[in-house]
Amino acid sequence: MQPGLESYLALSGILFTIGAVGVVYKRNAIGMFMCIELMLNAVNLTFVAFSRFYADVSGQLFVFMVMSVAAAEAAVGLGIIIAFFRNRISVDVDDASILKF
Amino acid sequence: MISTVLFFLFAGVAISCGVSMVVHRNPLYSAVSLIGVFVALACLYVTLAAPFIAVTQILVYAGAIMVLVIFVIMLLNLDEDKPLDRLRYLYFVGGGLGVALLAQTFFIYYAVLKTPKPDFDASTTVGNTMSIGTAMYTEYLLPVEIVGVMLLMAIIGAVMLVRKSEQSRLDAVSGQNVEEK
Repeated sequence: MQPGLESYLALSGILFTIGAVGVVYKRNAIGMFMCIELMLNAVNLTFVAFSRFYADVSGQLFVFMVMSVAAAEAAVGLGIIIAFFRNRISVDVDDASILKF
Repeated sequence: MISTVLFFLFAGVAISCGVSMVVHRNPLYSAVSLIGVFVALACLYVTLAAPFIAVTQILVYAGAIMVLVIFVIMLLNLDEDKPLDRLRYLYFVGGGLGVALLAQTFFIYYAVLKTPKPDFDASTTVGNTMSIGTAMYTEYLLPVEIVGVMLLMAIIGAVMLVRKSEQSRLDAVSGQNVEEK
């Protein structure tokens, strides 16, 4: 007896909620980045669960695409964080304020 | 029975590691908690009969991305995150967002519970490496090519971003120096 599709969707929703709340609460750019990774993983779990229960391989293909996007995001995002740290000696997002009105 | 126990075990590990990632103020502790989430999700992918995705999850997320993140954390020697003191309204924003998303989650749980189940074939071969490779290089060839170009752009962009220049453009624009801070 395997847990049904709804259990996996509920777990995915809870993980997405944790990630979304974390993005709002964290002030650290790297912390925000990790919360975004958590949200991407929650979506991946949804893809794999639907792929399993509808016996369709497309879902797992798109998990692969999401992982590629996450890898690209890690490279560029951490590059931005390092460039920001060089200018401000901080990764606090409140210090990134030169675009502010 | 055994799969139900495994589901709740790994779901509990994933949720508790996710909460600990948000709660910890030290970025290194957060990163280690996030690796716990990734490993628990990889175990869940195995119970969903997706071994290829599970191995890729470990290799790409826990192996590559988190090594990069921990490398950056140690390179920058980050302090602990300060509590929210300036933007107190963010507590309400985050709380409201969390309540809304949780309500949506429970709605989806009951909606899916009420819908009729699709025919579930436990002996399906979807998810093994051969079926994924066949689909990837026939039906989804163009998206795979696009992902390859995107990864190339990400590599070039990362190198351009962290390259040292003579004078930082951000300083030139803002007229503000690091020493003034």
